[in-house]
Amino acid sequence: MLYINCPHCGMRSQNEFSYGGDASVKRPELNKEVSDQEWDDFVYNRKSLRGKHLELWQHISGCRQWIKVERDTATHEIFRTFKADEEVA
Amino acid sequence: MQKYSIYNLVKNAFSNHENWDLAWKDPTPKQEYDVVIIGGGGHGLATAYYLAKEHNITNVAIIEKGWIGGGNVGRNTTIIRSNYMHDENGLFSEFGMNLWRKMSQDLNYNVMFSPRGIINLAHSDAQMNAYARRGNSMRLNGIDAVLLNREQVKEIIPMADFSENVRFPIFGGLMQPSAGTARHDAVAWGYARQADSMGVDIIQNCEVTGFDVVAGKIKGIRTSRGNIKAKKVGICVAGSTNILAEKLNMTLPIETHLLQACVSEPVKPVLDNVVTFGAGHFYVSQSDKGEMVMGGDLDGYNSYAQRGNLPTLQHVLTEGIAMMPFLSKLKMLRTWGGIMDMSMDGSPIIDKTHIEGLYLNCGWCYGGFKATPASGWTFAHTIAQDRVHELNAGYSLNRFSTGHLIDEKGLGTKTWIS
Repeated sequence: MLYINCPHCGMRSQNEFSYGGDASVKRPELNKEVSDQEWDDFVYNRKSLRGKHLELWQHISGCRQWIKVERDTATHEIFRTFKADEEVA
Repeated sequence: MQKYSIYNLVKNAFSNHENWDLAWKDPTPKQEYDVVIIGGGGHGLATAYYLAKEHNITNVAIIEKGWIGGGNVGRNTTIIRSNYMHDENGLFSEFGMNLWRKMSQDLNYNVMFSPRGIINLAHSDAQMNAYARRGNSMRLNGIDAVLLNREQVKEIIPMADFSENVRFPIFGGLMQPSAGTARHDAVAWGYARQADSMGVDIIQNCEVTGFDVVAGKIKGIRTSRGNIKAKKVGICVAGSTNILAEKLNMTLPIETHLLQACVSEPVKPVLDNVVTFGAGHFYVSQSDKGEMVMGGDLDGYNSYAQRGNLPTLQHVLTEGIAMMPFLSKLKMLRTWGGIMDMSMDGSPIIDKTHIEGLYLNCGWCYGGFKATPASGWTFAHTIAQDRVHELNAGYSLNRFSTGHLIDEKGLGTKTWIS
């Protein structure tokens, strides 16, 4: 069982959350010409890191907020959690 | 190579079975090979076997970080089927079915292929319509498919829940009678033994740490046991694909996810098919030892840990009990996990890359075991001829940019939703 510290609600079990994928993926900017390669990278291509991975989760059975979670994909250890709009250093 | 036969079995009985040859050697890596296959799983071993058998390329090494057959080929639920709707998947898998049917004879190794049939249960009229469509598509591709109504299903699997007041009543099902199971370890060992006998070096406990690429052309690999030169390199490492891709500065349409499976205590024969639940993701068959072999959803987040968490297991088994209530009486014997190379359309990639002499075989999601022979056969062809075979032409790496996705399940890119 993973325990995720929701920045809005506190420590909750993974059963309350839904996974949202790699949080480092950025949508190409709207006001410029976007190449096929940029769309590819946004829609399909993923680094799928082994080790520290910043990812989105939604507290779907709680406050329903999207949050960012820094988790190790090899050990499942969770290091830090952030609000969705928080910048991660 | 010593043939496995009744004659040799009796002969070796007189020496207490102490004089059997080793099934494969443990060679020291050579300086150079014509082809290096990275990954000693089912697909890698099959690729080496078909390179030697079909293309007469025997100066080949298989480089395996751990031990052969220790990854997903030893962790799957052994289901073999070709019940796909899309032409690319159907024709590829059916080609594989034909290799499965004669595999024990080809490899002189009993892989215990058991074509016991697979039934996908339907729980609504709409699902019956969808299955009819899939069944028709299968038959057009020469694959056997039978649409069963509720009564026919009940005759085959009376232990399923056919009561009236259930949340997901059984309306019927789609059956592929020629689908089945096989002994997964034997598949890896059978391919390894034959490949070794034809001159392939199986090098275990050897981790790939880097690649030598000069002017867009592969020259060799770096490993924990020294540098190895190679004219061609094939990558066949399932859940570890992204780790190697990073060393090549490639980003792939793949995420690595965790899938669990489990077996119950062994019980008397009760189920002689593979059955899948249609209102969720659960499948079950009974092994020759009597264990109920079960699996279902991904754990649902990126993971390289070859072990899972209980919430997913509980969710999957809840579906199992909804489908076959007797399962609740069984004790769990063992659970385990493996890491899946989940591609962004659910279909695999067998292709050349932008680096000359480097070939990629990945994206098998949770359907890699049944594809072992066809994957090895087509990957060997792609490497030997330096061009894809028509069977794997659809499984290209650039289909994501060109829009030629093969999205069998219609799920899109969210691989963790299963």
